[in-house]
Amino acid sequence: MAFDISNITVNAWRRENGRVGVRNHVLILPVDDISNAACEAVANNVKGTLAIPHAYGRLQFGEDLDLHFRTMIGTGANPNVAAVVVIGIEPEWTQVIVDGIAETGKPVTGFSIEQKGDFETIRQASWKAKEYVHWATELQKEPCPISDLWISTKCGESDTTTGLSSCPTVGNMYDKLLPEGIYGCFGETSEITGAEHICVKRAATPEAGEAFMKIFQAYQDEVIEPYKTSDLSDSQPTKGNILGGLTTIEEKALGNLEKIGKSSSYIDAMGPAVAPKKGPGLYFMDTSSAAAECVVLMAAAGYVIHTFPTGQGNVVGNPIVPVIKISGNPRTLRTMSEHIDVDVTGVLTREMTIEDAGDSLIDMIVRTANGRNTAAEALGHREFSLTKLYRSA
Amino acid sequence: MGKPHLLVHDREDNVGVVVVEGLTAGTEMLCVVTEDNSDFSLVANADIPIGHKVALRDLTEGETVIKYGEDIGKMVGAAEKGGHVHTHNCKTKRW
Repeated sequence: MAFDISNITVNAWRRENGRVGVRNHVLILPVDDISNAACEAVANNVKGTLAIPHAYGRLQFGEDLDLHFRTMIGTGANPNVAAVVVIGIEPEWTQVIVDGIAETGKPVTGFSIEQKGDFETIRQASWKAKEYVHWATELQKEPCPISDLWISTKCGESDTTTGLSSCPTVGNMYDKLLPEGIYGCFGETSEITGAEHICVKRAATPEAGEAFMKIFQAYQDEVIEPYKTSDLSDSQPTKGNILGGLTTIEEKALGNLEKIGKSSSYIDAMGPAVAPKKGPGLYFMDTSSAAAECVVLMAAAGYVIHTFPTGQGNVVGNPIVPVIKISGNPRTLRTMSEHIDVDVTGVLTREMTIEDAGDSLIDMIVRTANGRNTAAEALGHREFSLTKLYRSA
Repeated sequence: MGKPHLLVHDREDNVGVVVVEGLTAGTEMLCVVTEDNSDFSLVANADIPIGHKVALRDLTEGETVIKYGEDIGKMVGAAEKGGHVHTHNCKTKRW
C-alpha cells in the first residue's frame, strides 16, 4: 500500500467555526449527576440523540470546577457534535456551559430543573432536541483535506508487544501526518515516569520541554510523594501489564513513548482538556493514564479521532469520538478480535514493516473519518469518565 | 528468514521479548534485532509465555537490565542466558 498522503480527503462535516467533525451527534449533556435522569429521558423520547450521563458537577470549586466546566464545554464544542441540549439542576451553571459551547456558533440550548421538575424539563428539552435532530440530519458532508483532522492517542492494557508493534504504528502515522498539518496529542503523565528524560528531549523548543517537566514534576511532588505506599509496583505496571510481560514502570514508559514516532516533536504541554493554542503540530497533555478519562479529556480539547494501541486488550470507547484500536498481540487477536480495528501482528512475525503498519492505520483513520464505525462504536462502548482533581465537594 | 521467536529492540539490549505462543524449554529460538534486522539463535531454558523477556546472556544480581537501549531496572536475582526475566528477578530502580 502506498499513499500520496497530501491528496487524501475525507468526507466530513465542516462546522460553523471551520473545524471538521467526523460524527454528527445531537448531544443531551447533563451539567451534573442529578440531571442524568432527565437527559436519558430526553434521549429516549427523541431518537438520534445521545445522552452522556456522568458522576460529577455538584459543589466543586477552584481548579476542579474549572476542569469540570472545561470538560463539559469542550465535549459540547467538539466538531463531532452538531448541536447540544444542556440540562442542569440550576440555571446559572447550566448557562455557563451553554455560553461556552455557543462560542463555536453551533446550536445549543440549556434547561434547568429547579422550580420546574423533571417532567416539564423533559417536555421542553425534548421539543428542542427533536428540532436539532431534524436540522442535524440534513447537514451535508463535504470533502476535507486530511490535514483538517485532529488525532489523539493513548495506549491501554499495554504489554511488550505494544512497544514492538502497535505503539510504533501510531508513531509512524504521526511522523507521516504531522508534516501534513494535523493536530496530534499524547499524554498519560503518570505513565511517562521512567522515560521523562527521553520525553523532555522530544520537545520542539526548550519552553515546551520546560512546560512538560513542570507538569511531570508537579505529579511527582503533589501526588506520588504524599500518597505513595512503600512500593508502587502493585499498581504500576498493572496486573494486566505484568501478565503481558512488562516488568517495570521504565519499560512500560519506553513502550508508551513509541507512540510519538521517530521524528515528531511536541510544540507545547497543555493542562487537562485544554485546547491547543499554537497551531498544527503535536501536543503533550497532562492527563490521567486511565483509558476512559484520558480519551474524554482529549475529546474535550477538540480531537475528533482517537488511536488506541493495546496489547492485552483494552475495550474502551468514547461517546463522541471514534476510538480506533490497534493490536499486534496474536493471542489478543485470537481471543478478542471483536475489539480490534487494525491488526499489526505481522510486525512481530516480520511479515509487515512499521511503515506498512503506519499506512494501514492511516487507511483506517480515513475510513473511520468517512463513516466506518469502529469496533468500540459497534459494541456500544461510550465511557464518559470525568477526571476529578481533588475532594472539592 | 522464518518467523522469529524472539525480538530484540536494540543491539545494546541484554533482554529480548518472546513473540510466539507456547514457547517451550529447549527451543532453539530465531532472534531478530528490530533496529537493524540482524539475527542470531538462542536456546530457551524455560517455558516462557508470549510477551515475556529472555536473558540474552547470563545476568547477575544487581546488573542493569537494558531494553530499547535504555535502563529499565535492575536484576534482584540471577538469570542464566536463555532464562526468564520478569518480576521474580527484575525490579524498577525508581522505588
